[in-house]
Amino acid sequence: MKQSDRIILDSTQFDLTIKRLAHQLIENHNDFSNSIIIGLQPRGTFLADRIKAELKAIDKKHDIQLGALDITFYRDDYRRQDNPLVPNKTEMNFDIEDKNVILVDDVLFTGRTIRAGLDAMLAFGRPKMVELLVLINRRYERHLPIQANYIGKNVHTIVSERAEVSWAATDGEDKVILYTPDNE
Amino acid sequence: MSKLSVNHLLGIRYLTSEDIKLIFETADHFKEVINRPIKKVPSLRDITIANLFFENSTRTKLSFEIAEKRLSADILNFSSSNSSVTKGETLIDTVNNILSMKVDMVVMRHPNPGAADFLSKHVDAKIVNAGDGAHEHPTQALLDAFSMREKHGDLKGKNVVIVGDILHSRVALSNIFCLKKLGANVRVCGPLTLMPKHIGSLGVEVMTDLKEALNWCDVAMMLRIQLERQDAKNFPSLREYSMLYGLDKELLDSLDKKITVMHPGPINRGVEITSDVADSKQSIILEQVENGVAIRMAVLYLLAGKN
Repeated sequence: MKQSDRIILDSTQFDLTIKRLAHQLIENHNDFSNSIIIGLQPRGTFLADRIKAELKAIDKKHDIQLGALDITFYRDDYRRQDNPLVPNKTEMNFDIEDKNVILVDDVLFTGRTIRAGLDAMLAFGRPKMVELLVLINRRYERHLPIQANYIGKNVHTIVSERAEVSWAATDGEDKVILYTPDNE
Repeated sequence: MSKLSVNHLLGIRYLTSEDIKLIFETADHFKEVINRPIKKVPSLRDITIANLFFENSTRTKLSFEIAEKRLSADILNFSSSNSSVTKGETLIDTVNNILSMKVDMVVMRHPNPGAADFLSKHVDAKIVNAGDGAHEHPTQALLDAFSMREKHGDLKGKNVVIVGDILHSRVALSNIFCLKKLGANVRVCGPLTLMPKHIGSLGVEVMTDLKEALNWCDVAMMLRIQLERQDAKNFPSLREYSMLYGLDKELLDSLDKKITVMHPGPINRGVEITSDVADSKQSIILEQVENGVAIRMAVLYLLAGKN
């Protein structure tokens, strides 16, 4: 299939966006003494790592606990496709009882991943409050009543489009690309 | 690779080494799940599994049951001793009656070799063999190899000796298939009367001296003498067997290196293995049991997810 692509965040904008998200978190969480960041596997963990590093760069006192949560066993499309879903590693070395949890994922689209993430998270305790932070918010195609508290960038997309986040650490460059299939 | 090459788990013989690796990788994740505060995930909530045990079992039955519950499946338990099997119902009739109650998967233990294979050809459900006579016990072999991998890393080139009643052991046969597929060197050790006739065709060497075998290996798997299957006198007495092929602390400490000791259970303490060895730091018998739950969750998850 032919497709065209368009950069919606280049590396400079990307960096600014991460910084802004970090400052927004500081506004609401003060010293983060009761807060925890959880990145959703597989791609949300990169963003969670970056946010944590950024918070630390702003103020060394921000030493916030970080977890990686895999949602595979909680997904609602298991047995609705040909192959079993392949899980990723979960690293949650703490209890989330009574904590303020910041759930992090790269792209918010249908909301189904976040729904599964909320369920998976509850296996580790009853948090005091849960917020959602995403880098890209794709509007118009939500399947569930889920909204993010912190948004890097809103994009207006159609279903056949695909937003892809690349990370300097693994993909060579920080950027977000929107792929659009060409109509022929 | 994200799916198994088979639709049923009938024996290790039918699996590829990629299948085994996929099961291990999936089991790693389930091992993390069963150590969480809430040890349950909803993956199989729309699946019903029947556990059909036509032969006695404690560990395997409980292990499958708990694996199914951790995956949120609905389960039916059946054991032949208090069922209509004693009234003369055939295996296919029994199973088809159970399947009419909308069961998706069957976990079966049966005294006849090939029973699971036979069932998979005649009924419309996914079959997991939980032991068929002296033929195979695939989940046991998987959990054994998984436990070895946890302790020793990649099994390629590792030396494993299986000691004892190889003739009557489904665990031995499945383990030989599994370990060979993973590239380990396998030898068996025991009295020649307890060796199957064509053991050489499986590509394993037979040893009769226990100390020599233990000095060769990284891992020793001690098997139970299956008293219930000894139809002929294969050795003079349990005491003599124990003197020649039993593993005690003195023998273990006299070896050149620290080997890992395994046993699939149930243990006959004082026969194939003494209590101080079974409870020693070199024994991973209880790790095997814990890993059994993770392995069975992985097998059920991967089979149920395959359309």
